[in-house]
Amino acid sequence: MKKITKYVLTDILRNKIIIGYTIFLLLISLSLFNLEDSASKGLLSLLNIVLIIIPLVCVIFSTIYIYNSAEFIELLVSQPLKRKQLWLSLFTGLAGSLAFSFLIGIGIPVLLYAATATGYIMIAMGLLLTVIFVAIAMFAAVIARDKAKGIGLSIFLWLYFSLLFDGLILFVLFQFQDYPLEKFMVVASALNPIDLSRIMVLLKMDTSALMGYTGAVFRDFFGTNTGFIIAIAILLGWIVVVFWWSLRKFIRKDL
Amino acid sequence: MIIASNVTKKFGKLAALNNVSATCNKGECIALIGPNGSGKTTFIKSILGMVVPDSGFITFNGRNIIHDWMYRRHIGYMPQIGRYPDNMTIGQVFSMMKDIRAHKTGKPVDESLIKAFGLDQLLQKRMRTLSGGTRQKVSASLAFLFNPDVLILDEPTAGLDPLSSEILKEKIKSEKDKGKLVLITSHILSELDELITHVIYMQDGNVQFHKKLSDLQKDTGEEKLARAIASVMSKK
Repeated sequence: MKKITKYVLTDILRNKIIIGYTIFLLLISLSLFNLEDSASKGLLSLLNIVLIIIPLVCVIFSTIYIYNSAEFIELLVSQPLKRKQLWLSLFTGLAGSLAFSFLIGIGIPVLLYAATATGYIMIAMGLLLTVIFVAIAMFAAVIARDKAKGIGLSIFLWLYFSLLFDGLILFVLFQFQDYPLEKFMVVASALNPIDLSRIMVLLKMDTSALMGYTGAVFRDFFGTNTGFIIAIAILLGWIVVVFWWSLRKFIRKDL
Repeated sequence: MIIASNVTKKFGKLAALNNVSATCNKGECIALIGPNGSGKTTFIKSILGMVVPDSGFITFNGRNIIHDWMYRRHIGYMPQIGRYPDNMTIGQVFSMMKDIRAHKTGKPVDESLIKAFGLDQLLQKRMRTLSGGTRQKVSASLAFLFNPDVLILDEPTAGLDPLSSEILKEKIKSEKDKGKLVLITSHILSELDELITHVIYMQDGNVQFHKKLSDLQKDTGEEKLARAIASVMSKK
């Protein structure tokens, strides 16, 4: 398992895209921190990058990488290796290298300019989102045989989590605005890792006062230590469940 | 050694394998023959666990392969179209495979084919730059590299020049004489004559017959495999 991870990692690191991605993140975060007059404003702008760009890059890069490693997978599946090991190594390699780029590109600037509780939470959320979207990409890549279909599916899933889901929630809120929906909102936010991480970071910021009554409910629930642990557990659960599902599909896949 | 019982595999509506049963023993050299799309490659891939059968099972040395993966260390597989990571060099592919496999068998590696094909001169070349024939040479060398007990060769000589295919045939013969099980698919029947002991003829996912070569020759009255198969096909 370690050996295959090593080969996957060297292959990814040789890929120039991942280096470009790191430099891109580094440039964005440095320029944001230098443009805004206060670090917390910079952090707020950076939050949108973390919530939109990072999942998008992770999901597309990982899907394409899995399709491009079709030969590698085919070669190793006929060898005395467990398919589980192979899939886990691919996952570790992808998640590890993308998380590493994130740490260098966003983590270091945040630590330099805004080493506050908000900053730490944002780094943690970015890392979790990276791994979650690698798992989602691997799921999309394993269920669609066709490359175009697989990439389309993973982009759609990204679109769903970052835009469509919020739209649906808004629609429900407007339709049922006469009813108390605060509890429902707390549950619904757990169904979308991007929303959940956004809430976790915003709650640490001053802007959470602007979120109104629902914001207060969120604060009551996720603002506590228990709530924080539950949120982290839900995000970790996303990784485990999605990856386990893709693994099940991969073990039964015909190559 | 390898026993397949009632293996069925469907791709959509098409039954690639339809209740295929076969027994392959040590020391045999079996030719899998059949028209295109008759399920030969699917059968090979299900032995390797690359294709999971819908029903039926395959055992290797008495153990069901579905819950086992270590059995693959006894198999050397040469795919019909060898596909390798594009940006690895030949040398890296070999060292990766050795890294993954060598410690598990404990046997010394057999690099004679690498030398015979002259691949040791090309170790720095990237896989993407290789011609189809050179790729085939890499596949063949990998299949023989770990001294496996079972060799599964899917169209081994397709795309090889006459000299290289002669080298490969000599190698197959010498491994067969060591008492290994060899499974070959090929469309070039003339080159199988001197190699094989048994014939499995497949059509539309069914095994039409599984016979000793000598029995087939006796039944059809033909000396050459190509003519024997032709006479079987024309009778149907």
